Parts: sequence; structure tokens; C-alpha cells
Amino acid sequence: MRTLAPSLNLSVMITKMTVTNIHVINQDSAYDFYVNKLGFRVVDDIPMGPGTRWLTVSPPEQPDLQIVLFPVVVSKMFPQKTADTLIDLIKQGIFGCGVLTCNDIFATYEELKAKGVEFIKAPTEEFYGMEAFFKDDSGNYFSLQPISNFDHENGI
Amino acid sequence: MILEPYPKVYLYRRIVQAKRFIDDHYAERIDLNAISGEAYFSKFHFIRLFKSIYGKTPRNYLQQVRVAHAKTLLEQGFSTAETCFAVGFESITSFSGLFARTVGLPPSEFSAKCREKKQRILRNPRAYVPSCYGDQHGWFENSNFGEVISTSNADLSTVT
Repeated sequence: MRTLAPSLNLSVMITKMTVTNIHVINQDSAYDFYVNKLGFRVVDDIPMGPGTRWLTVSPPEQPDLQIVLFPVVVSKMFPQKTADTLIDLIKQGIFGCGVLTCNDIFATYEELKAKGVEFIKAPTEEFYGMEAFFKDDSGNYFSLQPISNFDHENGI
Repeated sequence: MILEPYPKVYLYRRIVQAKRFIDDHYAERIDLNAISGEAYFSKFHFIRLFKSIYGKTPRNYLQQVRVAHAKTLLEQGFSTAETCFAVGFESITSFSGLFARTVGLPPSEFSAKCREKKQRILRNPRAYVPSCYGDQHGWFENSNFGEVISTSNADLSTVT
């Protein structure tokens, strides 16, 4: 029998993304960028030994999403060569870390620029709406878009 | 070089400047008439533009900023009265009422919950770190992990 629509599993148990991570080169600098420049809120800031801490932040209106600002330091996870390679790739701006939304993209662009945030692309009209790109202090980049680009009423 | 592709850049810059003035001077007595004057707008025009950009009036935004800073001070252990005056409120009653309406808890209860969380972190910091992160990073294998935590009470003033 021909299937007209993909099957939907409405009993899927996953409901939300609650914790995600961004690899950063320096946690102190990342704290300054995400908290003082972007205006994110600190959720946890717990020392975990020399030079590292468990540092999580949330976007101002999304307190149920914790972003771990995860340091790339030599460890079990990152042997020296891996850490060096990853840091090099981050600095090159290889990693896109998602879309951040705002009420007004022009005002947000002007404010972030005034705070020293480096934009790769100023607000530009795309077929899906306005969009800009900026980099964090490590080299990770984000798309910045007005929330109106994502207003999908009634799930449509 | 990034070009300025949108019109009325000057208008956005003035409103952003006014918003940043509130961010920097929230603890002072702020005259919103003076802010609109500095932005070269009439008060009515200023409030309308500010609200269209930020979704709230300058007065409501100022209150939001003050409450956000109040949360930080309460987390750091300052009393309700100290916090109230430090963030620019002149009445503890109005501060407490606004704080409770915004945060969902009165300042005293919010402080108590922050203290409890700090104590829980001191007792068992690992409970706040998913094991996949801690294990992979070697935090939980580190023999001096406990010592680091026990000797860093001062650092925990930053725990929020």
C-alpha cells in the first residue's frame, strides 16, 4: 500500500534538548563573551580542578537550556594532538554552533557590534528572512536571526 | 568590509545607546525623560520605538535589569535590604513585590534556595556534572578533586 506520509511515532519519549556544549579555547574569555557581551545567564560555575570549571550558561529567555562552555584542554577526551587540532579548527571558524534569535536583528547587531563582537556578515535579507553571522571569542560562529523567521503557527 | 545594508541606522543606534545607558546606570536614579532627550526623541516617540524594538517600555526594561542584578547579589549572599538599594530601588516593599512577581519567589526565599544549592554543591559537586563530561575530562579520576573542592569555598561565591 502506498504511504502518503512518513509514519509518525507520537510515543517518542524525547521531549527537549536540555544540555548542549560549545567547545571553547579559554573559559575566562568565553565567560566574558557569553555573559557580558551576549547577556547569557550563568547557571553553574563550579571549580573542577586547576584551570577548568563546570561552566554552563543559558540564553536569557531559555533558562531550561544549559550550554556547557567546554574547555579544550589536554585530557582523556583530548590527547595533545586532538586538542591542538580542535583548537586550530575552532580558530579557523569551522564550527557553526547554531542559530540565536532576537526580537530585532538591527538593534541586536548594533549593540553587539558596539560591544566589540566580530560580525562575519551584517544583517542581510535571505529568502527565509533577515540573517547575520558573528563569531564568539574562540572562533565558533552563530547565525543571528529575528524570532519572526521561526514563527510557525499551528506547527505549519 | 561589512556594509550597512539597512535604512535608519542612526535611529537604531540612538535606541541601542539609550538601552545601554540603562544597562550601565540601572543602580542610579534614572530620568527616562533625560534618556529620551539624549536620544534626540520626544518622550512619546522614544517609548514607542523602544517598545517596538525590545518588546517592553524603557521603564519595564529598567525594572527587568534591576531584578536581574538583584538575583546576582542575592546569590552572592547580600541581604534583601542591601540588594534593594544597591540596584536602584528606594523602597524594600516595592522591590520585594516586584521581585516576587518577576521571579516567582520573594527575595528571602530566593536567597535561601541559593544558599541550599551552594551547600549541595559543596557536599557533592559531581551531582551537577553529567558523568559523561566528568569522566571524559578526567575530573572524576583526579585524586585531588576533593581537595580542590574543599579548598575552594571562596571560589564558590561565584556559584549561581
